[in-house]
Parts: sequence; C-alpha cells; structure tokens
Amino acid sequence: MTRSRLHAVCAAALVVTLATPISAQAPTRFGLGRAATPDEIARLDIDIMPDGTGLPAGRGTSADGAATYAAKCARCHGPTGKEGPNDVLVGRLPAEGFPFSQDPTLPHTIGNYWPHATTVFDYIRRAMPPTAPGSLTDEEVYGLTAFLLHANAVIPAGAVMDRNTLPAVVMPARRYFTPDTRKQSAGKPRP
Amino acid sequence: MKVTRRELIAGAAGAMALSQTARSEAQAPTDPSKVRGKPPRANGERAATAKVQRLVRGGTSSGTPHQDLMGTITPSDLHFERHHGGVPEIDPASYSLLIHGMVDRPTIFTLSDLKRFPSHSQIYFLECSGNLGRTAGPETTPGQLAGLTSTSEWTGVPLATLLREVGVHKNAKWLLAEGTDAAVLTRSVPIEKALDDALVAYGQNGEALRPEQGYPVRLFLPGWEGNASVKWLRRIDISDRPFMTREETSKYTEPFADGTSRMFSFRMDARSLITHPAFPTRLERGWVEISGIAWTGAGRIRRVEVSTDGGKTWASARLQEPVLPLAHTRFRHLWEFTGTETIIMSRAVDETGYVQPTRAELLKLRGPGTTGYHLNPITGWVVQADGRVIYKEEPWA
Repeated sequence: MTRSRLHAVCAAALVVTLATPISAQAPTRFGLGRAATPDEIARLDIDIMPDGTGLPAGRGTSADGAATYAAKCARCHGPTGKEGPNDVLVGRLPAEGFPFSQDPTLPHTIGNYWPHATTVFDYIRRAMPPTAPGSLTDEEVYGLTAFLLHANAVIPAGAVMDRNTLPAVVMPARRYFTPDTRKQSAGKPRP
Repeated sequence: MKVTRRELIAGAAGAMALSQTARSEAQAPTDPSKVRGKPPRANGERAATAKVQRLVRGGTSSGTPHQDLMGTITPSDLHFERHHGGVPEIDPASYSLLIHGMVDRPTIFTLSDLKRFPSHSQIYFLECSGNLGRTAGPETTPGQLAGLTSTSEWTGVPLATLLREVGVHKNAKWLLAEGTDAAVLTRSVPIEKALDDALVAYGQNGEALRPEQGYPVRLFLPGWEGNASVKWLRRIDISDRPFMTREETSKYTEPFADGTSRMFSFRMDARSLITHPAFPTRLERGWVEISGIAWTGAGRIRRVEVSTDGGKTWASARLQEPVLPLAHTRFRHLWEFTGTETIIMSRAVDETGYVQPTRAELLKLRGPGTTGYHLNPITGWVVQADGRVIYKEEPWA
C-alpha cells in the first residue's frame, strides 16, 4: 500500500468513526464528578421504601401527634383532617369497593386511597408544612403519621409507629392499585 | 402660580418626550421609512403590539397560550409550568447532583461536570398528565383547555452516560429522582427509560433552562407525563424496586370503571388540538386554514384527521414536515366557511395505530368520577353562523 493510499484509507476510517454514535467510540468512563462520601449521601438520602428501608430511629403514637397536628397542620387540613381547605386527609369508605371512578366528589384520603403507610411518613417529612418544609423532627413525623393513620381507623389508638411497625401497616386501598398494562406497540388501546 | 419661560420650555420638552415614548409603544409612525429606527439592544423583545402571555392558574401552574402560537416550537417564556412547592432559586455555582444506591461509585456532579459530558439536543414535547379542562365552558381558549403541553429543544447529557459513569448495577430496575424545590418532589422511574432516551437536561431552546422548567438541571423523560421529569434535580437513587412516593400513588394515578386505579402510567397517549379557529376567534366567511397541534408519547404522529361536519366525515390534514417523534406536530387543513353553523374537530393517529379516543370511549373505561390525569379525548369547536367560535362542551357523565 502506498503512503497516499494509506492516508486515504485512514481518512475514510476516521470519517466512519466520527459518524458512529458516541457510545461506540466513547470511553467507558470520563472520570468526571467526585466520589460522594457516606456523610454526604446520608445528608440527602431521605427516601423511604414500602418495606421500611430508610426509616429513621424514633417513635410516635396518635396521642403524640395530635398536638403537632393541631399546631402545624389543622390550619390547612381542618381540625380533624376532613374539613380542608387543602387536601382532605381523613375519611374511609365502605369495606368493599373502590368507587372513585363513579363519584368525582369523593376525596382521595390517606385512609381510602393511599396504598402505602410509609409514603405518609416520607411525604410529611420532606414537604410539610409548606410554610417550613423539612422542619419537623423524626419523632414529630412518627407522631403525625400515627395520628393520621389512627384518624383513618387504619391503626388502633395507642399503636406505636416506628421503623418496624410502620411498614407492617396494610393500607385499605392497597389491593386496588394495578400497574400500567398499555402496550408500547400497536394494539387495542386502553385509554 | 407663576411659571418662568425656562420652566415652561422644560415642561414642554418633558411632555413631548413623554408623548414620544407613549407613541413609540402604542403606535408606529405613519411611514416607518421616514423615521430612523431603533439602535441595537443586548436583549430582544417582542413587538410592543404582539405581546403574548401564559395563563396563570392558581398558585401552581400556568399554561401555554396555544391560540397565539404557530409552528411547533413553544417560546421558552411561554412553556407551561407546574410545580408543587413554588419555583426555587438555585445558585448554579453550588448546584450538585448526587447519584447513589445500586452503583459501584456514588458520585457528585457539579453543573460544569455535567456540561463536560457529550451532550445531546432534541426537540420533544412535555405534557402534564392533568392537561384537560374538564369543566370548560363555551368561552374556553385552546390554552385554557390544554395549555399544559409545550415543545422545546432540550439539551443535556443522556442519563445512560451518567449511569455508565457511576457503574450502575446490572440488577437495578428503578431509580428515584428528587428535586430540590420546597416539595422535594420525588418520582420513581424504570431503569429502562433511564438507559433509553432520558436526559439530564440543562438547556432549553438554545440557552439555560428557564427557572420554571428546572434551572439549572432537570430530568427529562421524552413522551412521559411531565410530573416524572423531575425539575431542579438534586439526587438520583438507584434501586431494584419503586419507591411509592406520594405523587405516584395518591396523585398521579387514574381510577378505572372496573374498580381499580392505574399507577405508573407514564406514557402520554396521542392527542390533537385545533388551535385555530377557536375561541375567542370570530371568523369571516371564506377560506379558513384550520390549524392545530398533535403529539404522542408513542413516537411519531402518523395522521391527523379533521372533521368540519361534527364528526360525520373526516379528511386527512397536512402535517408539517419533518414529523418528529415525541414532539408537537403542526397540522393544517383548508376549509371554506360559508356561514353555516357547524362543529370542527380533530383526531390524531400515531405510528402504533393508536387512535385518539372520543370522550365517550374514555368515560366508558374510566367512569365519570375519574381523575383528570391522562385524558386525551377528541375535542371540538362550534363555529356559529355569525362566525363566532366557542368550545364544544361535552358532559362528563
């Protein structure tokens, strides 16, 4: 192969290389970013899973949460959680059935709609109250969670909510939730 | 009061300056070619006589005024917004994204780290899954009816690139995306989407994201319900299970008539919307270009059909080329308005063959009480004999 032909072949190879997607020629790693320390992860990692992964130490009962609720939640959610003006939190339906598709006036409460008890703790701790999100202590959040679960007749009075008991609470509406069964490809749509 | 000559002149000059300012904003010179124009400016603005604005709804959203727009790209300042804890102010210099969980190397990326990765830009629509004014009356504009969808060119680093960088585990199945807004909003996302076309986006229409769209960095999941494209992204936690956050359980789920509720319904299905003529337009008799947008989370729009006789007959509209996947597609259809009252409507068909449903078809599956999420019915406009155009109301029960 002459030198000029070699150049031509190399140039052609270069063109092909440039035209291929980035994944084909990119390095496995770019070496960007820096290692996160366990402390840095712990500071941000506040998510809680349905099996209780992520729940902190602490405990609370409905009685513990009642005062916090009255002081920090009742203004938006009503004295008993049923009055609003913001989201109605408390309310149950008859034991059988899930009539939300038939009645647009039914509020979706913790007791009649939320499928996982751990979500109550996770959401209150990260986002409530809106005037001071993230300001509640873990003990306060356990107490509020117990208060709301008891108000919805999901747990008995006096039940202690902690990292072991909360994930074991079975929410009344859990069984009614189904995953998305729509197909990505053609077929009879389920709108 | 005694006024000196000097004060009189100064006052008159001031009044003249004021009137000139007022004139330049309110009315153009009779012959613009006889007046020297304005000098260059660092930032352009809309013509004073072509102001458009979003429709602000309550304290948590504003909609794109589709009736005022043309083509397919939504100007960034008119892109809809929806947030759950207000729009946060974030210092880009102290911004960081943590990726951890089922990865070999938990890593913190700064904004400049993210921008050093190979970037990707693509035009995509983004739609809130609650994008239908269910109680819309006759005097409803397209923006009021369906303003929570917009299209931009988004730029960012593919999430797949970042997951490779941190060494995502082979058995990972879900990730949690978390925002740093006051709602610390979280959504679970299947790992397949992350490895497919998800972007960690920092650009919108050629510049930094707008604050309402997640400045400085957001997740972007093409074709999926907007809520899952978490804005102001601060953390991604990789897992083998979904996290069951408040948004994906108590909120963005759809009750069905069979007594179940659907969760993780990410994809936005095909929909179309006539944006002209629509309320508050008043038509003159003669030729009218019926125009609108269509989009689908399943890929490309294959066809948009327009009816000008209340759904009795349908004709294929012209689609603006190129028809891009997962982006608003403009359709146009010529029609002669003769002064006879009628109903105009459109329906989209996407590349999978999915046909935009009627409201009755939707209600049969969902029931009259269903939430407002993922509702994409065919909608229409009544063109009255005098040319007035109003929204065609339909009952929900």
